[in-house]
Amino acid sequence: MKKKQTIPELIWQFFSSVKLAVYTLVLLAATSVIGTVILQDGTPQRYIQTYGEPFYNLIRVFNIDDMYHAWWFLGLIVILCINIVVCSIERLSSTWKIIFPKKIKFNSNRFRKLKNLQTFEVKKDAQYLSKEYEGFLSKSVGNVLKEQTETNMVLYAEKGRWTRIGIYVVHSSILLLLIGALIGSLFGFKANLQLGEGETSDTVFVVKKKTPIKLDFSIRCNDFDVKFYDTGAPEEFRSNLTIIEGGKDSFTQDIIVNQPLRYKGINIFQSSYGQTQPNGAIFEIIRQSDKSVTNHTLKIGQEIDLPDGEGTFKLEGFLPQFDFKENNLGAAFVGRITQKDNKSFQIGLPIRFPTFDRMRKGSFAFVVKEFEQGYYTGLQITKDPGIWYVYSGFILMIIGCWITFFMSHQSYFIEIENAGGNHSKVSISGTTNRNSQGMKLKLKKIVTQLKDK
Amino acid sequence: MNSSLALSSTTFIYALASIFYIGSFTFKKKALAKIGFFILVIGFLDNTAGIILRWIESYQMGYGHAPFANMYESLVFFSWTVAILYIFVELKYKESIIGAFVSPLVFLAIAYASFDPSISNKISPLIPALKSNWLIAHVITCFLGYAGFAVAFGFSIIYFVKPKDPNATSIFAKLPSWDLIDELTYQMIVFGFLFLTIGIITGAVWANSAWGKYWTWDPKETWSLITWIIYAIFMHLRMMRGWHGRNLAWVSIIGFLAVLFTYFGVNYLLSGLHSYG
Ligand code: HEM
Repeated sequence: MKKKQTIPELIWQFFSSVKLAVYTLVLLAATSVIGTVILQDGTPQRYIQTYGEPFYNLIRVFNIDDMYHAWWFLGLIVILCINIVVCSIERLSSTWKIIFPKKIKFNSNRFRKLKNLQTFEVKKDAQYLSKEYEGFLSKSVGNVLKEQTETNMVLYAEKGRWTRIGIYVVHSSILLLLIGALIGSLFGFKANLQLGEGETSDTVFVVKKKTPIKLDFSIRCNDFDVKFYDTGAPEEFRSNLTIIEGGKDSFTQDIIVNQPLRYKGINIFQSSYGQTQPNGAIFEIIRQSDKSVTNHTLKIGQEIDLPDGEGTFKLEGFLPQFDFKENNLGAAFVGRITQKDNKSFQIGLPIRFPTFDRMRKGSFAFVVKEFEQGYYTGLQITKDPGIWYVYSGFILMIIGCWITFFMSHQSYFIEIENAGGNHSKVSISGTTNRNSQGMKLKLKKIVTQLKDK
Repeated sequence: MNSSLALSSTTFIYALASIFYIGSFTFKKKALAKIGFFILVIGFLDNTAGIILRWIESYQMGYGHAPFANMYESLVFFSWTVAILYIFVELKYKESIIGAFVSPLVFLAIAYASFDPSISNKISPLIPALKSNWLIAHVITCFLGYAGFAVAFGFSIIYFVKPKDPNATSIFAKLPSWDLIDELTYQMIVFGFLFLTIGIITGAVWANSAWGKYWTWDPKETWSLITWIIYAIFMHLRMMRGWHGRNLAWVSIIGFLAVLFTYFGVNYLLSGLHSYG
């Protein structure tokens, strides 16, 4: 009768099964689809608009708006990890015994019965052949074991016992990767920083949450450049940055997309750019009665007197999008005219339409003549102390897969029988822990090589 | 000769190779498959020439980048990788009729690139994010992975046409033994898995060097991970649960559907960072 298992034993057994691994992987794959079809990180309004109120409650309960960080998704990953650890521990001791046997043994009868056994005759004496074949085996496979009976000579060699460790390398690389990801999410951050040309800052803002983080140094953007192809598509964005420490310029470096600046564990990436607000402009003021023109340079917030004591004009600001009667007229300056009689109204001066203000039919028309607009650079600032664990995991995974897939533990068996009259009968077979068809082909090749000896 | 001439002739040569292979399968004539193989190799050389010429032309136009930068180029390269992988398998295992299940894929990919009007074959400049040596490593490894899965998919189809009875005299009985088909499918998946692994990893390293994050759950990334997991499931079922035959062939087919979705579906149906396959 089977002994009744205790609860911990049952739990251990549950986590050591490959069936669990398959179920967990199926669930991970299936649920991962959700996040690619349902919008992630949207606002509540957008979810309610797209999916309706009842479904939005479901989204909230299961954190589907951020499902790759939801408790149940992380739970699946944790189950996977426990599964890998328990399963590996379960199997390691038997694998260890195969990899490091006390003594290498083989069973001739087993090899004689293998399906891939091939037999041929050679017109050579058995003694001679066994010397030749031993040389061949030890050169192409490894250390040769021999068994001699009165009529027979058996040669055995094997290689690649250690390759059985490959699969443990693969599975532990997954753990290492996930540990790295965990460290990164606990102690790292991903933040944004917008710097206009000439601006300096030491505080960045975490993506989405917008919490500020102060760096150990300041970053100044000296210059930003964008180049375009003839097609109008952007070719290159480049920011010239200076790192400032303790109030002193430390060093200056250019960054472009794909060539970030890395300093003290902080990575600074070129991610976007935009135009900054101009801080003033040169205006033409045209007296409508005689079309005489005067030029005025104005800063935003500045106020001037209009000619002929007609009142004042104040430059109030700059709008990237100026709407007039429901039409978007593009970027525009806005100003306020205060007349002699103290009546005051706002006017818009769209840059693309210099004659726009004439339609107002006032005694003066305003035209934006010139203004300077700078760029700001959009930087992405990240810190990820887990990255080296992740990268080690990557490397181990590739090495482990390579070992597991393309290398194997192979054993070769050659038997030479004296067939009398300087004739010998040769049988050859082999085993491998993977790719048995490859083994068949290999044996065929070896047969042709041995026949030539 | 220029690249577009080379690549359009490649399309027709691959079509011819497929016709011979399928003919050999239908008429039980191995000789036809041998001709098919010969034609396939010629198509492959033409395909190679087309890719190299396109590379050179992009330098002549002043853009200077490897020809892996849009849907058209990636499909052409996909045909190339499936072709070279299959040629290798046929040379190694000396089985030719199985080409009937692979050569149509080689043809279809490049035909789709050439004939779908929404796929432009213009050589265009690279956007800043794509200017990286990682682009080449990432694309080549991903496509070797896809190619392995495509060939495995072709072989999996055999499970649904070959009669179970080993003594059957029907036309399908000329196909290789079940053991060999099983092993070949598995080898292709293993090959695909290794390269998809490297492909995902190079993509992650690249993303980390361009944006500072190696993983962002972008739809394309997520779908490549889903594909990767499906093939991991395949291997575990085969190793541990003793799955074989049609059941396992279904997993391989589902896996390839995931590959196709990662490749095309994500581009057309979902949005993300990847501008092409
Ligand atoms: C993402 C997760 C996983 C990946 C990528 C993965 C990968 C692999 C690979 C590539 C193989 C070799 C398959 C072959 O030789 O055909 C393998 C085998 C195996 N895996 Fe996993 N695995 C994962 C999760 C797990 C888990 C959770 C378990 C826990 C039970 C597990 C248990 C095994 C076992 C027992 C083998 C067979 C090892 C042997 O041949 O001795 N795997 N795995």
